[in-house]
Amino acid sequence: MRAIVSAAVGVGRFFYRFIVGDDWTVALVIVLGLAATGLLVGQGIQAWWLVPLLAIAMTGVSLFRSTKTVRGS
Amino acid sequence: MTGAGVVLLTTFLASSVEAIEMVIIVLGVGATRGWRSALIGAAAGFAVLTVIVAVLGLALSAIPIGPLRVLVGALLLLFGLQWFRKGIARVAERGLAGMREPEVQDADVPASGIDWVAFVLSFKGVLLEGLEIALIVVSFGVSAGQLGLSVAGATAAVVVIGVIGFALKGVVTRIPRSLLQLVVGTLLTSFGTFWALEGLGVSWPQSDLDIVALLLVYGLTAVGYVRLEQRRAHRMMEVA
Repeated sequence: MRAIVSAAVGVGRFFYRFIVGDDWTVALVIVLGLAATGLLVGQGIQAWWLVPLLAIAMTGVSLFRSTKTVRGS
Repeated sequence: MTGAGVVLLTTFLASSVEAIEMVIIVLGVGATRGWRSALIGAAAGFAVLTVIVAVLGLALSAIPIGPLRVLVGALLLLFGLQWFRKGIARVAERGLAGMREPEVQDADVPASGIDWVAFVLSFKGVLLEGLEIALIVVSFGVSAGQLGLSVAGATAAVVVIGVIGFALKGVVTRIPRSLLQLVVGTLLTSFGTFWALEGLGVSWPQSDLDIVALLLVYGLTAVGYVRLEQRRAHRMMEVA
């Protein structure tokens, strides 16, 4: 039983690392951006620009934060 | 449908990033603890990866293309952005430097039979480094409608990096893995964005040509952020 739980935890960790990675805020903003795009498309607005903008902005924010963390440590 | 050349190139490059690490691990283990057990461990790792690719390929092929593109596009976008960001940070920090070899202990190597330490190190190296690539290769291939080509690209990368590693010792560690990771991150982020939004019903202004536009925009963004990070590191060194 302990082996099954440990294997399940291992698989869960792998998928978290694969999908979310070390900065969960980037993943959250992108998922919200995709949901918002879906809603806007439903209203007839072709919001193809939203996700690329969020991806570029969040990459910058994440890089800036990691540099600040390194500087602070 | 995405062109065959693009599928081959993307999966070849993506697999190369992890194949470099795999080959360095197996070479390190083999040279230190003996080749037989290291190669058996690597072969066992590839056997498990083959089963995962087959099962995942069948499972994803059963999903209709619309929802599949949203799911796969979102996954590729989220994963691609991680490599995009790591690639920018590493290229800014190390430039075109390669990877260091891992340190492997050579104590307690058995005189005969299987060396289980070498087996497990090689097996884990191949399986763990290969698992992310298996997911990318299958999802990319199914989404592009070219799973066979996608698997061929990945296999070619492992063979090419493996042959280079065995034939020319030390060359693999000099391949600029960070730059490769940034290029693949840019490719996966571009295709992920395109497919996820297409799956959500977005009509891209220039249709498939917008993949090229996304590649250009993300590529220029990467160049800009690398310069910004390098300048920031310079300023930090001046202050320190």
